[in-house]
Amino acid sequence: MKKDFKKWTFFDIVLVLFMVFVLIITLYPFLNILAISLNNAVDTAKGGIHIWPREFTFANYKEIFGSNDRLLQAFFMSVLRTVVGTVTGVIASTMLAYTLSRRDFVFNKQVGFLLVITMFVSGGLIPEYMLIRHLGLINEFAVYILPMLISAFNVIIIRSFMDNIPPALEESAKIDGANDFTIFWRIIVPLCLPVIATIALFLAVGQWNSWFDTYLYARSNENLTTLQFELMKILDNANISGGDVTSQNAQVIADQTNPQSIKMAITIIATVPILLVYPFLQKYFVTGLTLGAVKS
Amino acid sequence: MGKSISEVSGQSNNPLFKNQVGMNKKPPINPKKKGFWKRASRQKALILMSFPFVIWLIVFKYIPIGGWLMAFQDYKPQFGMFDQEWVGLQHFKDLFQEPMFYQALENTLGMGILGLVFGTLSAITFALLLNEVRLITFKKLTQTISYLPHFVSWVIGANIVITMLAQEGVINNILVGLGLIDSPIGFMSNPDLFWGIVTVADVWKETGWNAIIYLAAMAGVDPQLYEAAKVDGASRLRQMWHITLPSIRPVIIVLLILSIGNLINIGFEKQMLLGNNVVADKALVIDLYALDYGIGMFRYSFGTAIGIFKSVISVILILICNQFAKKIGEGRVF
Repeated sequence: MKKDFKKWTFFDIVLVLFMVFVLIITLYPFLNILAISLNNAVDTAKGGIHIWPREFTFANYKEIFGSNDRLLQAFFMSVLRTVVGTVTGVIASTMLAYTLSRRDFVFNKQVGFLLVITMFVSGGLIPEYMLIRHLGLINEFAVYILPMLISAFNVIIIRSFMDNIPPALEESAKIDGANDFTIFWRIIVPLCLPVIATIALFLAVGQWNSWFDTYLYARSNENLTTLQFELMKILDNANISGGDVTSQNAQVIADQTNPQSIKMAITIIATVPILLVYPFLQKYFVTGLTLGAVKS
Repeated sequence: MGKSISEVSGQSNNPLFKNQVGMNKKPPINPKKKGFWKRASRQKALILMSFPFVIWLIVFKYIPIGGWLMAFQDYKPQFGMFDQEWVGLQHFKDLFQEPMFYQALENTLGMGILGLVFGTLSAITFALLLNEVRLITFKKLTQTISYLPHFVSWVIGANIVITMLAQEGVINNILVGLGLIDSPIGFMSNPDLFWGIVTVADVWKETGWNAIIYLAAMAGVDPQLYEAAKVDGASRLRQMWHITLPSIRPVIIVLLILSIGNLINIGFEKQMLLGNNVVADKALVIDLYALDYGIGMFRYSFGTAIGIFKSVISVILILICNQFAKKIGEGRVF
């Protein structure tokens, strides 16, 4: 093998060049948008911004965090729903997974069956919308949390992790007189922290990225708007004109910003948290993926 | 008859029954069946830990399935579920007479098939080539960066695609710069390009992610096979074609079958976010159609019927694919 390594062929060079091309295609859009978000909006309209801003300014970010209350509100709402949604989701999935990992639990089979069916059948868009309406969750914060509290896939991943915990640990605790909840909280949860971290990351990314529930259930409540939804609205306005961005850039408002440049700044703000958790994400999610594959 | 007898005898073993009769009976032979109530009362904590989520499952997952009944009613929200007028299959008949529905079906299957073909091809090609890269650090770095777009939302993805394809965007700049076109193309306002743009966006966002499973399969290929091929004088390309690709064939087939089953479930996010008034005819997919009619126009029953139609097609596709898989399974040689 070592000898091979020194023999660089034409093929190897083409391969590396191709991969560099892939990297450029993947990263260029993000760098381009970062540059535009840091560039003067009037200047941007002239075109020609690539990965470096020409007339550097923080005006677009100031617009979000300073002068525009709604965008600031949207940022905090995104953070809030991510935190609350992740915490409640993790607690729910872990608890349910524990009862399913206990094969001696009297309702083990029944609860497991109820859960697994939901992976294959779903009511669909309209019945779910009607349910949310009847429950009075329209324009309520709970609509971000309750409907996606549990995903069968996550529960199964946690349960398969719990299955690998030696039963002797639980038994010794039981002999010491611990009840099931104490065993869960004191023994199972600390041992499951790696898989809990994985699921927490999945849930957090899902919450941070979601926009459709705001669109469908909470668009008439300004207090519940999120960053993704605000971004989607700007996108939608631009789309009405046939997606032609030039005409949008013409209507520059005060402070040297316009919706198009603010859009880029929101995109960056919405991407940064993903980048921050990315090292952890990519460390854990392959485990989750392979676990899921084994189970199914 | 035999079944009912065993059921009766089973009942005498039923701990519930036993408990009512009293404690004088002999203990049952099967220790697992012993003392249902006794076990249940000892597992109060477990029951309390699962009970709220069972309620949740019933409310948020099973009641919407029960909501399918709406498709057979003329549903009006001001009345209760069972005080509605029943109309049988009327909504389905209406659905099959709507030209818009066929348009939506065509768009869904069209973009579904394009996404399936190019999504699979790009993922396999990328995995095959990345697998051959010899600089281990560079290889890992490339793979790590390649699935970054998967984790950003489609709102961001759509924004990126629209920015890149804008009149003064980078793609038009390059094409004009190379002299391939005289004036910038209005990509987003050309209905004929919409399916292609959705497919390209999908490939950009998901190729790295989809390649993970192929790369994992390639890592499991026996190195001796390559050694043997090298001795026989096979070139790298021939090794890829004759060893790597056949080795991951089972994975490719399984994933293809799964995605054919999901051809109709392509979602609507891309189409909704990338679409606009000019290209609306090409962007309308079944989910958007259900959304527009079902919620936008308050035709809840009609929207539910569209959802049921989709589920039925999906089940049929999965069944066909399963049959197909069985056939291939028998004929698989290596």
